[in-house]
Amino acid sequence: MTSEVNTSFLHDKRLDSIAADIFKPVGISKGFIIWMGFLSISLLGCIYAYYLQWEKGLIVTGLRDYVSWGMYIANFIFFVASSLIGMLISSVLGLIGFNWIKPIARIAEIIAVAFAAVAGLVIVSDMGRPERLPYVFMYGRIQSPILWDITVVTTYLVLSVLLYFIPMIPDLAISRGRISNKPKWLQSTYEILSVNWMHTPDQYKILLKSVRILLILIIPTAFAIHTVTSWLLAVTLRPGWDSTIFGPYFLTGAFVAGSAAVVILMYFVRTNYKLDKYLTHHHFDMMGKLLVLVLLVYFYFNINEFLIPAYKMKTADAIHIRDLFTGDYSFMFWSVQLMGVVIPIILLIFRFCRKPLPMLIISIVILVASWFKRLLIVVPTQENPFLPKQFVPDAWMVYHPTVIESAITMGTIILVIIIITILAKLFPVITIWELAEEQTAKENEPQE
Amino acid sequence: MNNKSQDADQGNTNRKREVENSRRSFFKNFGLIGGAVAAGGAAIYSGYKYEESKPNHDFVKVLTADNRLVEVPRDQIKDVKVDHNRLQKQGREGLKGHRWVMVIDLAKCRNARKCIAACQGAHHLRPYEYHINTLIMQESQNTAPYYMPKPCQHCDNPPCVSVCPVDATFKRQDGVVLIDNERCIGCRFCIAACPYSARMFHWEEPLMSESDKGKPYNIELNVPQKKGTISKCLFSSDRLREGNLPYCVSACPNGVYYFGDENEDAVTNGTTKETHRLSELLRVNGGYHLMSELGTKPRVYYLPPKNRLFEFPK
Repeated sequence: MTSEVNTSFLHDKRLDSIAADIFKPVGISKGFIIWMGFLSISLLGCIYAYYLQWEKGLIVTGLRDYVSWGMYIANFIFFVASSLIGMLISSVLGLIGFNWIKPIARIAEIIAVAFAAVAGLVIVSDMGRPERLPYVFMYGRIQSPILWDITVVTTYLVLSVLLYFIPMIPDLAISRGRISNKPKWLQSTYEILSVNWMHTPDQYKILLKSVRILLILIIPTAFAIHTVTSWLLAVTLRPGWDSTIFGPYFLTGAFVAGSAAVVILMYFVRTNYKLDKYLTHHHFDMMGKLLVLVLLVYFYFNINEFLIPAYKMKTADAIHIRDLFTGDYSFMFWSVQLMGVVIPIILLIFRFCRKPLPMLIISIVILVASWFKRLLIVVPTQENPFLPKQFVPDAWMVYHPTVIESAITMGTIILVIIIITILAKLFPVITIWELAEEQTAKENEPQE
Repeated sequence: MNNKSQDADQGNTNRKREVENSRRSFFKNFGLIGGAVAAGGAAIYSGYKYEESKPNHDFVKVLTADNRLVEVPRDQIKDVKVDHNRLQKQGREGLKGHRWVMVIDLAKCRNARKCIAACQGAHHLRPYEYHINTLIMQESQNTAPYYMPKPCQHCDNPPCVSVCPVDATFKRQDGVVLIDNERCIGCRFCIAACPYSARMFHWEEPLMSESDKGKPYNIELNVPQKKGTISKCLFSSDRLREGNLPYCVSACPNGVYYFGDENEDAVTNGTTKETHRLSELLRVNGGYHLMSELGTKPRVYYLPPKNRLFEFPK
């Protein structure tokens, strides 16, 4: 991001055409109503499932004394992981100075905001006494990683919302006079949210400065949220969790899941909103290369995480490793490693696979594999405690998720999709002023 | 305009007079009625006092705390009000000057499971909900199997207490690790952290939640149990406060358990009631901690399963 904005782009024709393209799909369409209606009805079903859990207790889940954390915690880790991508794309790549991320940055922030916002709810759904949530703030003990997690996830959510909103203010101001065909309430919402933005150079100066500060602040925060989330497991003594590389292992895995989520959203934005002029093959190509990079790093951490204990085969570790490599979880384990890591690396090396449609398919597979990967991290460890599981009902020995539990998990995923849909449909998905400024500057340079 | 206002003034004075009249009559009536009520009340009250002062011959025999049998009029009996705050305070502080410790002699355990039944009875648990469980252990293929009772180890470096976000589970000065189910938020981080699988969770309504309803919560007994919270072995802190051995220790028919105070260097066998020197018992029999390599510093010692006096069933 440059340190100064040349506001001459405001009077350039290019701004008109870009703004027209980006604002065109904004608003309430028939498709949006049908889609939101479908999501809302599904969500109601999931809320009913949660009502059942509230009434009867966590007995309605497949969780029992041995496997007491299951799908909910895996889903929580998945959500926190997916939300990290906002930091990687906007901050790391943006601050280094890659220009191709400009049209993707807001899409990445949408993913970050949606997943981070719902992650907290996922944790509440796992609590046996959700009505006692305020106790965490009233009686919180600072040595518990849960306190650290709540602190950093909240901070990350606030920073992500700011990083989504602040660069959008000029766009909302640009909309004045350009969206007269949109609903009145949307126009007035834009007017309020544009906080009287007048496009003065001073305003842009403040904007750039504050965004820059946010971009720097969000890097340690993002590192913290997923490292601390990994510590929820790593601070215990259990084989499979008792690992010193859990922080970076989770962090790199997060970039994989998040990049895949961004590619999926990019694809839908591009095709549904006819924005192929802005989200070009080049952008998918670059995202494909980014995916290869993060997958390779993640692959490296996977080798460290599994090969080293497998080489030594300490008693307790050995049971865990056998369970994953050849035991009950071997099918899931190898599917996830192959479909979610190894095969995508090989495929994405070929240029053809970095075209939008193949990228979409590969990304969906990676994202699903990422979800199951979190389940593999959370569950098998608890099925193999140090001491034998004896004299308990058979159902307690292994984890079998129930329909109610799956529905509640589905509900949180639907909630994420609802937030993404609202943000991506009712607000401009691509930064108009940045693109217009960049193009105008490019045009003016040779003339001078 | 002027006329109108004069009329209005006149009207006002008339109304004022009316109000005054009605007020006067009201006070008159009120005085009469009030007097009557006071007289009636006084009559009823004196009658009640007279009835009350009559000797009541309906007595009940009651045993006092210092073992005296006394008689108390039946209508004077009141339920003992258990002070919830006092229970919480004493439960969190623990018993001053003590360091409770348990010794489990694996050579004697025959898996009678009487300890488990006694514990579950006291704490209102289902047969598969354990504060203490007995496990069949075998270190490796060619070593002899043995039974191992496994209560909470009441670690001096308790992983469960470290991770609890709300101070629901805590370590007391007498070494006991307790759980406050009025504070517990049900996150189950402590279950994840405990390497001994010593904790249980109330996934559904507890066994006796209906009959326990309204009872004051005793943190040292963890009764009434609550849905959506953790429960765990308490070293029977309520019994220790009364000077008794824990439920499991007293219930064992095979002399497996010793319980006592590290500060006094003395432990008492729950079956034989013999008291031994703790240090001597551990030295002679080769006492050890369960998974001491984890650094949890348990307060439960085990004596190895040597020279078993019975055959281990295949």
